[in-house]
Amino acid sequence: MTMTITATHGGAAVPTAAEIEAGIQARMRRRRLLVITLRIAILVVALGGWEISTRAGWVDPFFFAMPSGIADQIWTWITEGTSQGPLWYEILVTLEETTMGFAIGVAGGVACGILLGRNKLLADVFSIYIKIANSVPRVVLGSIFIIALGLGMPSKVALAVVMVFFVVFANAFQGVREADRAMIANAQILGASSFQITRSVVIPSAMSWILASLHVSFGFALVGAVVGEFLGARHGVGLLIATAQGAFNANGVFAAMIILAVLALGVEYLITIVENRLVKWRPAPFNEHA
Amino acid sequence: MSLSVSPTSTGAIPVPGLAPAIELVNVSRRFVTPDGRMLTALRDFNMTVGRGEFACVVGPTGCGKSTTLNLVTGLARPSAGEVRLMGAPITGIDPGIGFVFQADALFPWRSVLDNVAAGPRFRGEKKKVAYERARDWIARVGLSKFEGHYPHQLSGGMRKRVALAQTFINEPKILLMDEPFSALDIQTRTLMQDELLALWSGSGASVIFVTHDLEEAVALADKVYVLTAGPATVKAVYDIALPRPRVMSEIRYEPEFIEIARVIWDDLREEVQIGQQRAMGQAH
Repeated sequence: MTMTITATHGGAAVPTAAEIEAGIQARMRRRRLLVITLRIAILVVALGGWEISTRAGWVDPFFFAMPSGIADQIWTWITEGTSQGPLWYEILVTLEETTMGFAIGVAGGVACGILLGRNKLLADVFSIYIKIANSVPRVVLGSIFIIALGLGMPSKVALAVVMVFFVVFANAFQGVREADRAMIANAQILGASSFQITRSVVIPSAMSWILASLHVSFGFALVGAVVGEFLGARHGVGLLIATAQGAFNANGVFAAMIILAVLALGVEYLITIVENRLVKWRPAPFNEHA
Repeated sequence: MSLSVSPTSTGAIPVPGLAPAIELVNVSRRFVTPDGRMLTALRDFNMTVGRGEFACVVGPTGCGKSTTLNLVTGLARPSAGEVRLMGAPITGIDPGIGFVFQADALFPWRSVLDNVAAGPRFRGEKKKVAYERARDWIARVGLSKFEGHYPHQLSGGMRKRVALAQTFINEPKILLMDEPFSALDIQTRTLMQDELLALWSGSGASVIFVTHDLEEAVALADKVYVLTAGPATVKAVYDIALPRPRVMSEIRYEPEFIEIARVIWDDLREEVQIGQQRAMGQAH
């Protein structure tokens, strides 16, 4: 094919398709390298600037911590354990509270979203209450849960559930409502019962909405668990922050923050894998590596 | 020329002893708009489709053509009048109905095979039997190589083939089609029309095919209903006596076809103009 094209244009000077492709690929590689270099440069400048300004005495490390101090703190926690016990145990406690709260909140949110999305009467009756409940600042409920459920795990799980539920509910509800009318009519005429329509049309079409909400809501669950620990607990990363705060240990606060960020990123990665597996029927998006 | 290109009043070819497949008797359909106003889509609408007959409905855009189909499915109820299938009033969605939609109504999360097998599976057929029959129907629309593909990986014409297989696998006695090919390019549309006639000729189904394309209607139908601009009622019914089997790519150039299309177009044009003026008047 390339032969005929060059022949009709009548010149060996015209580059072949392979040559053009090679050129484009080289340009794409250079650009990717540029992006990565710039990212690293920004990190170095930000952390380096912070470190230098604290060492030079422009910023007081006692209040604002310093990168090397934070790294030291994390290292100490890993090697010698925290004042409450080994670091891995604290992380495990927080992670357990978060995942339990997340799972219960997601299950409840999806179930209620589908129920109300499929039933107009229920939706009309409950929508007002859900709006009210959603406008209440839910973190405050943490105090109630500590009073009612004690300092142990249940109060943190409850707060995480409350944080997650509304986000997932709102998305599941919207996803069910947006299910294509023609597709539902098609299933109905093909012979589907109401239950079959819910299972094989409504839920799959709401799935992208629900999965989108999972990214946000895992962060919310983590906030719920940490705030719960903050308000009163025996173990957990939130308690680490509270202890560090009490001891005016700015490095400790930042160190705990970084640990939480790493947790959140790790789970975000897992959710993305699950999402890609569940919605493999969708056309592949053009990402930056394409 | 012995062509009967004149509006007939009854239209139906009566089969002795058998009630017609589809009857709409003095049907009206009114909607209430969100701001509480009454909107009449169909008024005193009469239509009779005999068993095994192919009826096309043409009319100006937005006149209520699709409403007639919704009434036959049972998804919508008439405000007045009666709709009968095989002589019996409609009580729900009749299992003998097949419907091909204008929009893409395939399930995008299911492969071609699962899409085609959906009907039998919904109706409780065993998985093995359903898939076997689905494979057979996929082969009949020429997509055997694409069984495992998802709809987004197929072209518009291929997706319509899947939609046809999905509908025909239920062996519908009544086939309703709502501008099914309007989104396709003209070459693909011609191929799909041939495909449809081939599938239909072996099925014995009675068809109502809604379209705004008069040539498509004349090429496919035994009988063409021309509707007035909304609220729609039947303006005229034409019997199309062109011989079958018809070849879509050639029928357009036959003198009888052109003659029939011109006569019907004279009738339809008035309504299209009325509809157009009304639509432009609403903008003010």
